[in-house]
Amino acid sequence: MTAPGTRPLHLQPVAVALVLLGGLLGAPARYAVSLAAPTRPGQWPTATFVVNVVGAFLLGLLLATLERRGSDTGSRRRLRFLIGTGFLGAFTTYSTLALDADLLVRDHHTGLAIGYALASLAIGLCATVAGLAVAGRLIGTMVDPDVS
Amino acid sequence: MIVGVAVAGALGAGARFVVDGEIRVRRDAPWGTVAINVSGALLLGVLVGLVLFQGAPTDLQKIAGTGFCGGYTTFSTASFETVRLAQKRRYGAALLSSLGTLALTVAAGGLGLWLTSV
Repeated sequence: MTAPGTRPLHLQPVAVALVLLGGLLGAPARYAVSLAAPTRPGQWPTATFVVNVVGAFLLGLLLATLERRGSDTGSRRRLRFLIGTGFLGAFTTYSTLALDADLLVRDHHTGLAIGYALASLAIGLCATVAGLAVAGRLIGTMVDPDVS
Repeated sequence: MIVGVAVAGALGAGARFVVDGEIRVRRDAPWGTVAINVSGALLLGVLVGLVLFQGAPTDLQKIAGTGFCGGYTTFSTASFETVRLAQKRRYGAALLSSLGTLALTVAAGGLGLWLTSV
């Protein structure tokens, strides 16, 4: 946590710089996936789905791994800003997910829109949990992060 | 083009970091992420609508939409925050924020499309 008198994290230049750098890499990575698998009208938005599920898994894996290694300070916090907030935050997207659904509805594919939106949410949550599990935080049951 | 997407994406991520930080001063997770995702969806709806209905260049959608809005909004953080709420047994908040974000972002995107289609 920040000491009294220091600037809050989100206004510290190094923190912001790390997030910017991660975003600089994350957005074009997502764009590249969308070029490799363009979404066509009436079809399942594969590119958005893939980046969101993969990103959710990787963020769960990252944050749980960092937590196991120690407190949210120093190089761990910097990695969280660069890869978590920056890269994965930019790699994944909620706005595109929403507009994918909106455009499907507009093209009279409402069932697909609803299925896609709910599947993204559900499978994304599973992916996050899988990331946590791989990091070893979950052993059988959910571990309360406040008790450790 | 990819440079434009990269720079816009970086700015989006930075904006998210600052906005979320400002909201966290006043509110707990995950409402900062919810606000960011909904506002980003509204903006993307407007941008897509401008391209589809008002003849705006598609580069606008790529840089401002894919780049900035995509960088600004985040699915991974939202998903993690939902799981974290469930771990803390705050199931109501987990349900409300996850389903609420889904519903509100779709509604916001639809609103953006509608606003630019008239």
